[in-house]
Amino acid sequence: MFVVVEMVDTVRIPPWNFQRQLNDAIAEELNKKLANKVVYKVGLCICLYDITKLEDSYIFPGDGASHTKVHFRYVVFHPFLDEILVGKIKYCSQEGVHVTMGFFDDILIPPEALQQPAKFDETELVWLWEYETDEGAHDLYMDQGEEIRFRVTEEIFLDTSPTGPATAKPEAPAQPGQSTAPPPVEEEPVQKKEAPYTLQGTICEPGLGLLSWWNS
Amino acid sequence: MEVKDHNAAMLSNYEVFKLLTDLKEQRKDSGKNKHSAGQQNLNTIMYETLKYLSKTPCSRQSPETVKVFLTTLMPHKLTKAEKLQLLNHRPQTAVEIQLIVEESEERLSEEQIEELIQRVSDILPGDPEQEIAAPAPEAELDGTTES
Repeated sequence: MFVVVEMVDTVRIPPWNFQRQLNDAIAEELNKKLANKVVYKVGLCICLYDITKLEDSYIFPGDGASHTKVHFRYVVFHPFLDEILVGKIKYCSQEGVHVTMGFFDDILIPPEALQQPAKFDETELVWLWEYETDEGAHDLYMDQGEEIRFRVTEEIFLDTSPTGPATAKPEAPAQPGQSTAPPPVEEEPVQKKEAPYTLQGTICEPGLGLLSWWNS
Repeated sequence: MEVKDHNAAMLSNYEVFKLLTDLKEQRKDSGKNKHSAGQQNLNTIMYETLKYLSKTPCSRQSPETVKVFLTTLMPHKLTKAEKLQLLNHRPQTAVEIQLIVEESEERLSEEQIEELIQRVSDILPGDPEQEIAAPAPEAELDGTTES
């Protein structure tokens, strides 16, 4: 589920933080920059693992802050293909079952990947599995909040960096995995916030699906 | 910013859990600046990830149990990914093992699957609440009487 990613970056320490230990100041700046953010084609960054190398710090003309090139390792959430994960059902829609893991929300199980035969109940807005036994068909509901085990089938990275001046729209360079503050109201009502990192899963195998289905 | 290695190492849930718990302790001592706007993201992700991991088997593991577990798994010839998933999920049924181990029908016989479940159950600590609800059958076979 989690991997260690080696990265290099130049960290800027403003003068009012010069009294702090360099390692601590750099760790704080790196966490401020990367924690809870998605890096394109890497994954959701969780926290700093360690700092492997600190190069010399420089002060450039015009800026009182010090700039240090840092080699470090970061803990990133990046499940591998076919990995089994457990999450909770957030809600169901026509697009499929939306699953959340608390720290990561954008997991979708499309209708084709549900245990077949599956049906969408419009009134209650839940997907259900029409499980056939000798006694007849049981409808197993996939209710909100239920724990679900699924296999990762696909990962989709979207580059959500700001577009050029022609279609100028002020956006944050790295999209937060979980927004802590509500986003500013967009002028165009159609604007939908694309998730920078989505996972697609399947539950179409014995043992996958709601945990309660398989616990005897 | 440059990414040198996208996949330098895989981490088990236990390692991430330990790292985050230690970081939380460290930040608790430092006190004042963790509520600033810049630190909110770190706080959120730490809280949510710890909340998720504390409900998984990894919260009851220790470096010794992990080492013992991986040594006993050596003769089974499982891939790194499979051993990692066994460690993270602590499967208790054959169905779960079949999900984790690829082509388990060809690579493992039924006795080997049973043996694997037994080893997982013995070495990796389970959920104490779950174990109180279903007492182990060995306790009933114990011949000694207690006053």
